[in-house]
Amino acid sequence: MSRRASGLKAWLLQRLSAVYIALFAFYFLFAMLGGAAQSHEAWRAWLASPMPALAMILFFIALTTHAWVGIRDVLVDYARPLWLRLSLLSVVGVILLGSLSGAVMALLAAR
Amino acid sequence: MKNNNKRPVFLDLTRIHQPVMAVMSIAHRIAGVLLFLAIPFAAYLLDLSLRGAESFAEARALLDHGAVKLFLWLLIWAFAHHFFAGLRYLLIDLDMGVDLATGRRTAMAALGAGAVAFLLGGVLLL
Repeated sequence: MSRRASGLKAWLLQRLSAVYIALFAFYFLFAMLGGAAQSHEAWRAWLASPMPALAMILFFIALTTHAWVGIRDVLVDYARPLWLRLSLLSVVGVILLGSLSGAVMALLAAR
Repeated sequence: MKNNNKRPVFLDLTRIHQPVMAVMSIAHRIAGVLLFLAIPFAAYLLDLSLRGAESFAEARALLDHGAVKLFLWLLIWAFAHHFFAGLRYLLIDLDMGVDLATGRRTAMAALGAGAVAFLLGGVLLL
């Protein structure tokens, strides 16, 4: 993964995901202001409708991708020796994959 | 790593003044790491909030907890700073604001916007 997400590809992924995350943040903020999380029923109904559910799944994909590229950059700069860097990268990968699959499964189960 | 370099080393931390862009840049990294730490928490909250009415109330109560609120306050700064500093990088990629004077001003603006968001977040949360 570290090899596949490097150089120009990582640079592009980081920017595309950043733009999506920023746009979603505004969308989410307006939904919250409109009372999407007012009650459990409202929240569930909001996330069970196709557009918000899809937008939220894409958000978690963009977010975990963005975090992977970013944290990888940080660890490549500061984590030494190599075995420590690779261990930390593995922990980060597990956390991100776990979070992504947890969020997606929660969203699918709510539909 | 062994340093065989004979040049003098100047590392008086009280006298080193980083340019404002460097401060903005390291804050962008710190904010990014904080936001990364929030990801598993966000996924957990999403799962909890969708499980049922009771767990939804539980998720709400969790967000009202003192220590969690403090973390959220920090996250508001982290998101705002990361957003504005990131926007600045995107604009620089598009060749906007590349010169030194503008770069310094936009770096200051990003730091300032983060500080304003921190204050606003404090008013909202506390």
